[in-house]
Amino acid sequence: MSATSPPSKGLFRRKTPGDVVFMLVLGTVCVGILFAVLYPVYFVLIASVSNPSLISTGEVWLWPKGVNFFGYREIFNDDRIWTGYGNTLLYSTVGTALNLVVTLPAAYALSRPEFRPRRILMLFFVFTLFFNGGLIPTYLLYRDLGLLDNWLVFVLPSAVNVYNLIIARAFFEHSLPKELFEAAMIDGVSYLQYFAKIALPLSKAIVSVIGLYYLVQHWNDFFTGMVFVRDNALQPLQIVLRDILLSNQAFAGGTGASGGSGTSYDQQYADQIKYGVIVVSSLPVLVLYPFLQRYFEKGVLIGSVKG
Amino acid sequence: MTESLVAARKSVSGAQGRTGLGAGRHVRRYWQLWLMVLPAVGFIGLFMYVPMYGIQLAFRDFDFTAGLTGGDWAGLKYFRQFFDSPLFWPLLRNTFVISVTTLVVGFVAPIVLALMINQVGGGRRKKFMQTATYLPHFISIVVIVGMLQAFLNPSTGLLTRVLAVFGLDEVNLLGDTSAFVPVYVISDVWQHCGWNSIIYLAALSRVDPQLYEAAKVDGASRLQLIRHVDFPSIVPTMVVLLILTMGGVLNTGFEKVWLMQNTLNLPVSEVIATYVYKIGILSTQFSYATAIGLFNTVINFVFLIAANAIARRVSNWSLW
Repeated sequence: MSATSPPSKGLFRRKTPGDVVFMLVLGTVCVGILFAVLYPVYFVLIASVSNPSLISTGEVWLWPKGVNFFGYREIFNDDRIWTGYGNTLLYSTVGTALNLVVTLPAAYALSRPEFRPRRILMLFFVFTLFFNGGLIPTYLLYRDLGLLDNWLVFVLPSAVNVYNLIIARAFFEHSLPKELFEAAMIDGVSYLQYFAKIALPLSKAIVSVIGLYYLVQHWNDFFTGMVFVRDNALQPLQIVLRDILLSNQAFAGGTGASGGSGTSYDQQYADQIKYGVIVVSSLPVLVLYPFLQRYFEKGVLIGSVKG
Repeated sequence: MTESLVAARKSVSGAQGRTGLGAGRHVRRYWQLWLMVLPAVGFIGLFMYVPMYGIQLAFRDFDFTAGLTGGDWAGLKYFRQFFDSPLFWPLLRNTFVISVTTLVVGFVAPIVLALMINQVGGGRRKKFMQTATYLPHFISIVVIVGMLQAFLNPSTGLLTRVLAVFGLDEVNLLGDTSAFVPVYVISDVWQHCGWNSIIYLAALSRVDPQLYEAAKVDGASRLQLIRHVDFPSIVPTMVVLLILTMGGVLNTGFEKVWLMQNTLNLPVSEVIATYVYKIGILSTQFSYATAIGLFNTVINFVFLIAANAIARRVSNWSLW
């Protein structure tokens, strides 16, 4: 990792000793940071296919040893994970669809400067970022609405994320050419037509960004299942993960294929199963990550446009 | 995301459009915009504002037959019960320590990281550094805590193996009251530092190159460039983010604290949010739990207002 000053290369052509020291320190620190960020993730990956006794004796460091797929076989034979996976897929897709249908039009309406109520409406939305009713009134409301132990609880209450609304609004306000709107208005196009036929097709970037944010939010949602749902058949992946990873409802006494074959054996492989579960549950996000990361980043940048 | 709050506020306060249309003409002209915004208003109104109305439960005795707001008026009874509780000070202290440490470290780390990544030359390397550091942001909290437990497990964990290399004995960081906060904060920085640095990197990329040239002509060293050119360019962003985070001074991440809790670290890991969950949801003392939750929200709100007032005086910027 060498460092060149960002804007001009000319002035620093002759490197002073200070520059050399600076570059060395910077390079070392950067490599250190990269290692600290990536190694834990990499270790989970290799540990999930390594012989667990070699892990516990400290022989697995850089590449997998005693490669076997026992952990993954157990995981694939476990119903809970697939139920959780199916539920999470359902909640994520239906939830994200609803999110987009509700958030995007609202963001567009709030981006129209001539729409004067938008001032008070923005206040109405932003206020909820800083003040809320708290857990218990929310819980009792859901109970009264019949949302407890109902799969809609994963979809309806989270229909609008105010941060995403603000990002989308900033995009509509600053990234669409004003002339386009004026021309369309002269042609007698209505707001709804303009939004559906002109604004949306030009806003694929923001639709992808907001959609991805919502998707990740649903995928990682743990709180909803924990507080509002008791029924195991409805639980999303994150709750199943919690049960396996943290509550140690490992496969020993569960539906695992090796149940009853001796606890030491199960004990030994419990860790490998855990590493495998981490990989399986994070796989969709991690595999898509390199392709999607520019969208994630774009969201932050759109959101930070100054008005 | 935060700066657009500024934008939102600015455009909101600047009077726009012509003065008053009559209500009828307004509806006739803008009914489609109303149609577009109403579903969102409905969802937020129902799921955010109705619970706010339900806050009065904190001042009433909850009555199962009477519903959300039907119980008898109890005044400040439940607040007194909380203030008199032996758990009041420990809860407040734990919540405060965890959130303030996270706030301070979590605020400084992305700034340092952004200033550093900005120095990395070569588009590719810089990009890789950025991409790699914000990858953990998308890992779920359950998995993060699962990884912590696997790595820090005193008998089989990675940490024990590393310590063994240096001839050190195993430690149980997850069951240690003095290690809870550092483990919590460091893993938080690990997860979010890269992501939170994006907004600073964006600000740094907008610095006028002529400023660097001028400073170099004056003989500025690299560190001086960072100190006198880069740093001032991100101060406005820092102020905005600081105010926004101040509003969460008593907001600990409930999920992560809850998942990291065990009987050994409970003296330092029981925070207001987890206590509200236990009292309210698990032992159904609804009124008492609502009062504790409201206390938490009000403290946060006071801090937000204070931070906002300070920012208005110091930097001419404020949320409202």
